[in-house]
Amino acid sequence: MGLNSAQKEVERGILLTTVDKMSHWAQKSSVWPATFGLACCAIEMMSVTSSRYDLARFGSEAFRASPRQADLMIVAGRVSQKMAPVLRTIWEQMPEPKWVISMGACASSGGVFDNYAIIQGVDHVVPVDVYVPGCPPSPEALMFGILKLREKIQMGLPPKYQEVAMARGGAS
Amino acid sequence: MTNDVGIIERLKNHFAEGLETVTSIDQPTVIVPRGQLLAFAEHLKSVEGYVMFNDVLVVDWFPARPRFEVVYQVYQPETRQRFRFKSFVDESESMPTMTGVWAGANWPEREAFDLFGVVFDGHPDLTRIYLPDDWEGHPLRKDYPTGGNRID
Ligand code: SF4
Repeated sequence: MGLNSAQKEVERGILLTTVDKMSHWAQKSSVWPATFGLACCAIEMMSVTSSRYDLARFGSEAFRASPRQADLMIVAGRVSQKMAPVLRTIWEQMPEPKWVISMGACASSGGVFDNYAIIQGVDHVVPVDVYVPGCPPSPEALMFGILKLREKIQMGLPPKYQEVAMARGGAS
Repeated sequence: MTNDVGIIERLKNHFAEGLETVTSIDQPTVIVPRGQLLAFAEHLKSVEGYVMFNDVLVVDWFPARPRFEVVYQVYQPETRQRFRFKSFVDESESMPTMTGVWAGANWPEREAFDLFGVVFDGHPDLTRIYLPDDWEGHPLRKDYPTGGNRID
């Protein structure tokens, strides 16, 4: 009898979940960003990993120097016309599933740089999941963006590029 | 930094005519006719000792003619003095390159070509330096559109 009740206890505690939920939880808990800073915003991006803000609490402190090991691209700064193909290549090199945060006014809309050199919004180049406003966004704001992204992953919503592909009717 | 107060006098004596003094608050400045520019630069380097080339700057005076004012900035490291000379050039004309005198003029001249479209005759590799190779136009010209190109 003792064994039976213990078994019930175990079934209630651990097994009442799904593989999906489990994998989403695992994914959201280790979103590794690519080391990719473009301008002043990157300074704030660096500081979120510092001891004061400690992004490590959310499992995202490991900025990978290779896009092959990264899940998240934080576009931190203005994207110049010359940089756009490079940015796109790095994004394409990241393994799926992958996410993009557009950090700051410049990455999201061109910001104050309404001129010939700057792409007016990085969403012209790569599909963006979360936009973080500000010039520069404070580290807290960026962390809020990352937390929003974690929520999105936990809810099982597809990354933006998959959404776009599905909307076009193709296989993701 | 002290200024070389006598230099304009000496240069004017050497290049009988053509040099035009510009009043400036920071350093001696002259305007040199385009034809004399190379000889002037040679003299400045070998006789006056301005061996270091700092930069080429361009001012677009559109719609005035000649359109571009090309400003050269040089330095004499022993006495720690600076000197500036300028010259005018129009769109259809070209400047002599300074790369033969100061090797350091190479990249600054490419920059001036890239952003203003000023052509430097005899430059070893006059190609774009900042913008993508297939860029059209020269963005720092006054008649270039100032806004960013929106895709949507
Ligand atoms: S949004 Fe502001 S801080 Fe960020 S890259 Fe642009 S100018 Fe710099």
